[in-house]
Amino acid sequence: MTDIRYLAPRSLEEAVSAFAAAQGAARILAGGTDLLVQMRNGVVKPGLIVDIKKIAEMTEIAETPEGGFRIGAAISGATLAEHPRFGKAWPGVLEAINLIGSKQVQGRASPGGNLCNGSPAGDSVPAMIAAGAVVTVQGPNGRRQMPVEAVPAGPGRTHLAPGEIVVSFTLPPRPAGSGDAYLRMIPRTEMDIAVVGCGVSLTLQGGTVTAARVGLGAVAPTVLLVEDAARALIGSRLEEEALEAAAAACRAACRPINDKRGTIAYRIKVAGVLLKRTAAIAAQRAGGN
Amino acid sequence: MNVISDKLQVEGNRWIGTRTVRPDGADKVTGRAAYAADNTMPGMIWGKVLRSPHAHAVIRSVDTSKAEALPGVKAVVTARDIVDFPVDKSVMLGIQDMRWMCRNVMAREKALFHGHPIAAVAAINEEVAAEACRLIEVDYEVLPHVIEIEDAIRPDAPILHDFLKHEGKPSNIAGTMTAKLGDVEAGFAEADVIVERTFRTRPVHQGYIEPQACTVSYAADGRATIWSSSQGQFMVRAMTSLLTGVPQSNIKAIPAEIGGGFGAKTIIYLEPLALLLSKKSGRPVKMVMTREEVMRATGPTSGSFSTVRIGAKKDGTIVAAQGTFYIQAGCLPGGPLRGPVGCAFAPYEIPNVLSVGFDVVSNRSKVAAYRAPGAPLGAYAAECVLDEVAEKLGMDPLELRLKNSAKPGSKAAYGATFGKVTFEETVEAIRTHEHYKAPLERNPRPGVRRGRGVASGFWYNAGGESSAQVNITEDGNVLVTTGHPDVGGSRASIANVTAELLGIEHGRVSVQIGDTSSIGFSNLTGGSRVTFASAMVVTQSTEKVITQLRERAAKIWKIDPEAVTWENGEARPAGPNAGQFPPLTLKELAAKANEMGGPIGAGVQLNTQGADPGFATHVVDVEVDVDLGIVRVLRYTAAQDVGRALHPSYVEGQIQGGVVQGIGWALSEEYLYDRQGRLDNAGFLDYRMPVCSDVPMIEPVMLEIPNPKHPQGVRGVGEAPIVPPLAAIANAVYDALGKRFYSLPMSPPKVLEALEE
Ligand SMILES: Cc1cc2nc3c(=O)[nH]c(=O)nc-3n(C[C@H](O)[C@H](O)[C@H](O)COP(=O)(O)OP(=O)(O)OC[C@H]3O[C@@H](n4cnc5c(N)ncnc54)[C@H](O)[C@@H]3O)c2cc1C
Repeated sequence: MTDIRYLAPRSLEEAVSAFAAAQGAARILAGGTDLLVQMRNGVVKPGLIVDIKKIAEMTEIAETPEGGFRIGAAISGATLAEHPRFGKAWPGVLEAINLIGSKQVQGRASPGGNLCNGSPAGDSVPAMIAAGAVVTVQGPNGRRQMPVEAVPAGPGRTHLAPGEIVVSFTLPPRPAGSGDAYLRMIPRTEMDIAVVGCGVSLTLQGGTVTAARVGLGAVAPTVLLVEDAARALIGSRLEEEALEAAAAACRAACRPINDKRGTIAYRIKVAGVLLKRTAAIAAQRAGGN
Repeated sequence: MNVISDKLQVEGNRWIGTRTVRPDGADKVTGRAAYAADNTMPGMIWGKVLRSPHAHAVIRSVDTSKAEALPGVKAVVTARDIVDFPVDKSVMLGIQDMRWMCRNVMAREKALFHGHPIAAVAAINEEVAAEACRLIEVDYEVLPHVIEIEDAIRPDAPILHDFLKHEGKPSNIAGTMTAKLGDVEAGFAEADVIVERTFRTRPVHQGYIEPQACTVSYAADGRATIWSSSQGQFMVRAMTSLLTGVPQSNIKAIPAEIGGGFGAKTIIYLEPLALLLSKKSGRPVKMVMTREEVMRATGPTSGSFSTVRIGAKKDGTIVAAQGTFYIQAGCLPGGPLRGPVGCAFAPYEIPNVLSVGFDVVSNRSKVAAYRAPGAPLGAYAAECVLDEVAEKLGMDPLELRLKNSAKPGSKAAYGATFGKVTFEETVEAIRTHEHYKAPLERNPRPGVRRGRGVASGFWYNAGGESSAQVNITEDGNVLVTTGHPDVGGSRASIANVTAELLGIEHGRVSVQIGDTSSIGFSNLTGGSRVTFASAMVVTQSTEKVITQLRERAAKIWKIDPEAVTWENGEARPAGPNAGQFPPLTLKELAAKANEMGGPIGAGVQLNTQGADPGFATHVVDVEVDVDLGIVRVLRYTAAQDVGRALHPSYVEGQIQGGVVQGIGWALSEEYLYDRQGRLDNAGFLDYRMPVCSDVPMIEPVMLEIPNPKHPQGVRGVGEAPIVPPLAAIANAVYDALGKRFYSLPMSPPKVLEALEE
């Protein structure tokens, strides 16, 4: 039998030094909705657990001077949903985070955990990528920033350096005429893992798309930023050809696998379908701003 | 909705047919109910099972010495400790053959599936037990494995059991069953329209929430006590006795509250192992399966590979029906052939029927019962073919069913000649229902199509052995004991019946489930039999109690017992003595019980008869997202002859639950195996049962047509509702898309692929 040590530091510095000192034998604990499941299955056997939920910065929601948001990586989906303004600015990001699991899971699960768990099917990740979110990371060598799409490295792996902790997500200010959305395909209506997930963020001026970002989940070893799809949308008025071109770009970006959750052919087709549906919702929200 | 055809049985009832609070309700909603895993004992230790990592392998040797040497380990058992039933001689307990059960609880000559128990360990805690399992050294000779039916019946398939022969050769076909009527070939020769199709379904899990669990304490005097969750404490006692050699009289099996079974808990896995571990260690042993163990190593129901052919005349008269049903048994014989073979065509009067089932073994966990075992597989094929026959004839599918419905005196291919048949009533109930007549908006939005489908179903139902004891407490209240674990609200129904018969407040009746040492033998909770059978023995027991009460009153009044009636909870002088004495209440008679002859109570033990079959007809509307291939059920109405709804809420619950399980079976549930023969979705995340938001409110139409052979008119209701949904949904999907699906589940990738063809 192995003993597990548990730490719940109040400062980031303490957390980073304990985490780094354990040299890979440690695991960060946010909501634990992935970690505890993996420990129970015997997939991971940490010698040290560093609980980050007691660190104020990691569970805060702050509005940045520029008009954006900075959300702590360990905040739960339920807490984020209660914020009076976040969901108005980023309805797509919020709905993606709130799709994770059930009511019980929502009380624990965090966007930081969703990203760092490294699942290509993590629901909040495509929405965060579409939003152009940037993470602040703190490690033994100090702080750095990286775009969300630069974090995943493959199923269950990230580009975080040893000892690094994701502290927060910074979402940029929203120009007028912006909207975002996230849709996932699951066979059930809830309590399921995305077979394909798609996040779209748009800015429209006078009906023309001036900015667009597309994130695509569960179709490749990592969640993808699909720049070709965004390019197909920018400058368009979301005519059928533009949407079809963006859908084609999404299909082209897919490098899926056959598994118990879906086939290659199915995932590729669905990626295109979801792009169109998600873009339509994002555009509607942009128009309503 | 409630359609009552016989008013006489209802009028004046105070409790029967009402929605009283269920006796086990408060405990369940407050978390107090004690399920099997909630039991603990002083000195208790933990048992764990070592399972085969291979789908098929000869077990050359098992070396447990290192595990036994591990500090904290108290006992290890292997197949050598289990009673061996040689393969050449059948020993039956109900429908279970001990030759197969002894090999199912512990692999003997061979490991037959990934997860097959190889050894069991008891240790001071779960971690040490798990560590000890890892220390057991097993020498396997890995063999090629086979998973799917079509692979298993190929001539070059790996053979699981040399001793199983089919047509003189070693085979994975372990047995066959035939139901025959008339001459099908002659029948088909008369037909104007013939439709023949082949269907495939996947094994599905019963979806009970509570994993199998038990605690067993074997005492120094050779007596054992078992606490466990099952669908029959007497089955637990008998099977454990057979597999361990401990006589039944030395085993007391105490039923815990059960967290769902749906048939799966009519056999055992852990109890014999825990008993033997307890015997060896001298300590009580607790064993609890993980969800993963439940899914890998207990029985789902069978997958199937079936061909059905139906021939009809132009006017819709069905002249011949033929079915060939290959049914998965899992790794040992015993698939539910009787379900498809006997039930598929049973709702109809067809002169020529040939229905043949094949029991196919492969390297999967041995199947277990699941609600109307096997019947949904047969109905799926038969009712989909009927839909095509109706289409070819240009007939309404319900008209076709009505035209051919079985009638009193009709002979079913499985052998029965029907008495009262209530199939037509179920078809009529749907045909005239607002749902069936409501217009369907076929293309409500771009990319969305809707369709409607119908199907019917049949289930045998069962009577069988039940015991009850009704005792009047000293303070004049009532305690009823029956011998059946309550999976569907049977205690609530029994309380209604007893209070009604005694004419007292419902709250004065307590109903409990006895252990094997406190109540007479009672067969399994299964076959839709418990409310039927236990209401019968409880009625007879209560009537005996009423006779005693009248006798006591007669004694007090010094008049003839025949001159005493029992009305509204009190004894009244009747006839010439009417009005001569003030009535005596139950409480008053109980207070005088001892001076007037002793305790008041009576028990009845019966092999109950007269459980007539159940029929159901369903209609469903579905909506298909044609770009994603997702099928959603919009509306569902299920009509069934329920005999008499003693407690309507739990009858509705049976119908709704059965339908929802059918929806999962049709659309999303399946066991998926990888190339090594390992289950790939051993958990509720990837084994996709419907969640609440996946299904609409299912509307039950309870047709209360009293069963004349039962004191309250009860008919079994638990199984018929899972029979029609597979075909009803498949027929609705066809109606929406114009494409027929011949395999389940109709999962999104399959639907999308078909749409693109
Ligand atoms: C019942 C159930 C349903 C689920 N449904 C969904 C679903 O619908 N969609 C979905 O995407 N996921 C789902 N999940 C998975 C899980 O809930 C999500 O991935 C969730 O966002 C994880 O967050 P957490 O805070 O619980 O992470 P944790 O389990 O605490 O952490 C996950 C991983 O990330 C690491 N980590 C956490 N935070 C940080 C950090 N700040 N810096 C560095 N490393 C960190 C941990 O060490 C761990 O390896 C489900 C899980 C369960 C149990």
